[in-house]
Amino acid sequence: MRSASAQGTVNYNWNWHIFFEPNPMGTGTYLDMLLSGLVLTIETALLAWIIALITGSIVGVLRTLPSKTAQWIGFLYVEFFRNMPLLVQLFLWFFVLPELLPRAAGLWLKQLPNAPFWTASIGVGLFMSARVAVQLAAGISSLPRGQKQAATALGLTTGQTYRYVLLPMAFRIILPPLTSEFLNTIKNTAVAITIGLIELTGQARSMQEFSFQVFEAFTAATVMYLLINFIVVSAMRFLERRVAIPGYITGK
Amino acid sequence: MFAGFDFDVIRRALPYLFYEGMTFTLTLTALSALGGLIFGTLIALMRLSGHRLLGAIAGLYVDFMRSLPLVLVIFWFYFLVPYIGQWLTGASRPIKVGAFSSSLITFIMFEAAYFSEIMRAGIQSISKGQPAAASALGMTYSQTMRYIVLPQAFRNMLPVLLTQTIVLFQDTSLVYVLSITDFLGAASKVAQRDGRLVEMYLFAAVVYFTISCFASWGVRRLQTRIAIVR
Repeated sequence: MRSASAQGTVNYNWNWHIFFEPNPMGTGTYLDMLLSGLVLTIETALLAWIIALITGSIVGVLRTLPSKTAQWIGFLYVEFFRNMPLLVQLFLWFFVLPELLPRAAGLWLKQLPNAPFWTASIGVGLFMSARVAVQLAAGISSLPRGQKQAATALGLTTGQTYRYVLLPMAFRIILPPLTSEFLNTIKNTAVAITIGLIELTGQARSMQEFSFQVFEAFTAATVMYLLINFIVVSAMRFLERRVAIPGYITGK
Repeated sequence: MFAGFDFDVIRRALPYLFYEGMTFTLTLTALSALGGLIFGTLIALMRLSGHRLLGAIAGLYVDFMRSLPLVLVIFWFYFLVPYIGQWLTGASRPIKVGAFSSSLITFIMFEAAYFSEIMRAGIQSISKGQPAAASALGMTYSQTMRYIVLPQAFRNMLPVLLTQTIVLFQDTSLVYVLSITDFLGAASKVAQRDGRLVEMYLFAAVVYFTISCFASWGVRRLQTRIAIVR
């Protein structure tokens, strides 16, 4: 047994009551601070996910169309967003884009209220859209050829084939990988701390700077991320069971 | 729109960007991938060992790490490692840990969770007959793993492991949050010193893009070359 503490060890002073002490911003307690970060994380992630789903679906469909040009555009889009770190992409949107636009437009962008929020949502959204596109393209090409041929034989146009036959099947098949992409979207919003978005990780960091209770702050943030994860996974498992395709392994 | 674009600021920063920044980034990537692979394989073996407790610990570790944003994990280890060091060495105060060691430990621990899932899939892809044949030959568990299962699992999963390493290469840019001079950190320091954000960030983007593109192209080629004909 070491009696180091008697010789003046610098030990960490735990103080779990810190969460109920007022924060220096005057916005309530430290817990309120973290919770506001949690809300911002969820808001950013949801908006980013909507953007990722919409653009990702369009690009994913492009990659499976018969047209070589469409496939090429889809390929370039995915390569562009997949081969750069998310952090660099956020910097491009946040610092570089306003400078490259015409002066008036650039100025408007820079003075946008909540600029970090919009940049983070769009930046993370586009970053994730490339991943959604890959998943959807894989889902569509995993369908038996006969589905598309049957749709053509019934006289459906390409648009109708996708709308009524391919997409409803493909989306249900790729639901499990989409769940993990959604979880990645939530985690990736933490990168936006670098462009000044004070989301959950950011709030934990500022709580640490103000109160010096670094491990309490990060523990609380960790628990909150675990909770979000748990809720999302449970909800998606429920959804997967509801929309499972009969006859497939996941279906009943 | 590129009228005021100053290529010279990039040219002058090149030695700093590559000798300091890129060296840090590549060393961190390579060592983290190696460490992550070793620990990841151990975790995968724990999960597949059939031992209840070991399996549960490994599973919890993987799920835990994969639920957290990398940025938060970087902060965690940055503050935690000095205390772990103090505890391990019995020092009287938290030990000082350099930026490189701190990020290396972070990335090894974080990537181990991801690499372990890849190795687990790789090990599970080996047909049951192989370990059965190995034990029929009188091989012990560790011999079976070392000479039969792991080499094949590693080979089957090599493309996926390399793809994960490309992701890791991109993710190392996140050490930016600790103001470390990796490639992006170096670019950012020059950008702020010279007030040349557009040039430096665009250049950093082009460099990351080129390296990742070449690397993924290489992985695709490798994939077709090493594919085992079944």
